[in-house]
Amino acid sequence: MSTTVVTTGTEGKTWGGGNEPLKASYGKMMMWFFIVSDALTFSGFLAAYGFSRFKFIETWPIADEVFTHVPFLHGQELPMIYVAFMTFVLIMSSVTMVLAVDAGHHLNKAKVTIYMLLTIIGGLIFVGSQAWEWATFIKGDFGAVQTKGGNILQFVDADGHRVALRDFVVSDAHKERTAHERKNGLWFVSEGTLPTYTVDEVIQGLESHPNVLVRTQDINEHGHKTVLSREESLKQIKTNGKQVVEGANLHVNEYGSPLFADFFFFITGFHGFHVFSGVVINIIIFFNVILGTYEKRKNYEMVEKVGLYWHFVDLVWVFVFTFFYLV
Amino acid sequence: MAHAHKLEILRGLIKFKSNTQKIWGVLILLSIVTTVEVILGIIKPEPLMVHFLGMKILNWIFIILTIVKAYYITWDFMHMRDETASLRRMVVWTAVFLILYLIFILLQEGGYIQDVYSSGFIKTDF
Repeated sequence: MSTTVVTTGTEGKTWGGGNEPLKASYGKMMMWFFIVSDALTFSGFLAAYGFSRFKFIETWPIADEVFTHVPFLHGQELPMIYVAFMTFVLIMSSVTMVLAVDAGHHLNKAKVTIYMLLTIIGGLIFVGSQAWEWATFIKGDFGAVQTKGGNILQFVDADGHRVALRDFVVSDAHKERTAHERKNGLWFVSEGTLPTYTVDEVIQGLESHPNVLVRTQDINEHGHKTVLSREESLKQIKTNGKQVVEGANLHVNEYGSPLFADFFFFITGFHGFHVFSGVVINIIIFFNVILGTYEKRKNYEMVEKVGLYWHFVDLVWVFVFTFFYLV
Repeated sequence: MAHAHKLEILRGLIKFKSNTQKIWGVLILLSIVTTVEVILGIIKPEPLMVHFLGMKILNWIFIILTIVKAYYITWDFMHMRDETASLRRMVVWTAVFLILYLIFILLQEGGYIQDVYSSGFIKTDF
């Protein structure tokens, strides 16, 4: 009599192994669980954005006034048109991806190749657009003055239209202050680019242009930013103005709270990184399709798995679009 | 590989003949929703600027439309409609529960700090 158990007597029963209760392959299931964890990361970021926004609900920048630019259309206020275009590009590339998956189910190599290529192009257009969006945001448009308390004062004319600093401030050509460089000062101390104008020059410009007013960050009951009277404008700039701000970075932001810029860079940056890695993965799969790897396998499930990731990137963008540009 | 696709959306209101046709149908639906969102975002109709449950009605509309879009992307592009109910619940219920919890605690806390700033003795405007 044998002392080792050869059979457990459970073959063919529920616990005998080989069951697939979810009817999904290991790879697909793991992609789903990765997506769940990544979705939680993104919701953590977006909820943190919501936290900061609720914290400064009365002074938060209005997105329509921040993202108004469209490439090749200079000086026109077109809020959201370009972001809508970007959203459409990403949804479109999601569609070509799902068409590639569908063609894969029919083992149609030529169609999978074309649709994968279109998906990659869509992804590249999106990443490029995002880079342009970042560049425009960093460069800024109108310029503003930051107060000692870190608030932003912007400039408007009598009709409430924004006025850029360059339109009413004259830079003193014989300024004494130059940017500190490591080569001609303390070698271990460096300084960023100095703004084009100083606060004193802004005060002079404001005094010589009686139609320019200051607009604060405070949102009034009509949902617009509060515009100060002429006397208050001069007083506010003279007593509280500390620094001229042009564009946005992680420290200062001409559009309002620096947190807005921080979250914009962090969340759209993290999303853009996902799109970029998605494009790279798509390119790898695209070459595998061309080489016939999946043709030999008689199975295009790999396309389906990267497809899941690609759709997830689209899914996240739908939320980023809502919470950054619409709400 | 040749598993069947469920070819109807909107609870059977629209039925498609093939999977490809369904994909284009869903694209049209998503495009319409996005267009509505952008138009509402540009014109901002005055009657929708009223506050309701702590937020403007317009913002509630945006969030609901976003969830509608997310539903169709997940269900039709990611083929969640064709997965087993247990896989679907594992993914969706877990994510939805944790995200709602996260949103609740963070927004509650943010609102509290805003309250402290506006009614407490902290000066932020100088």
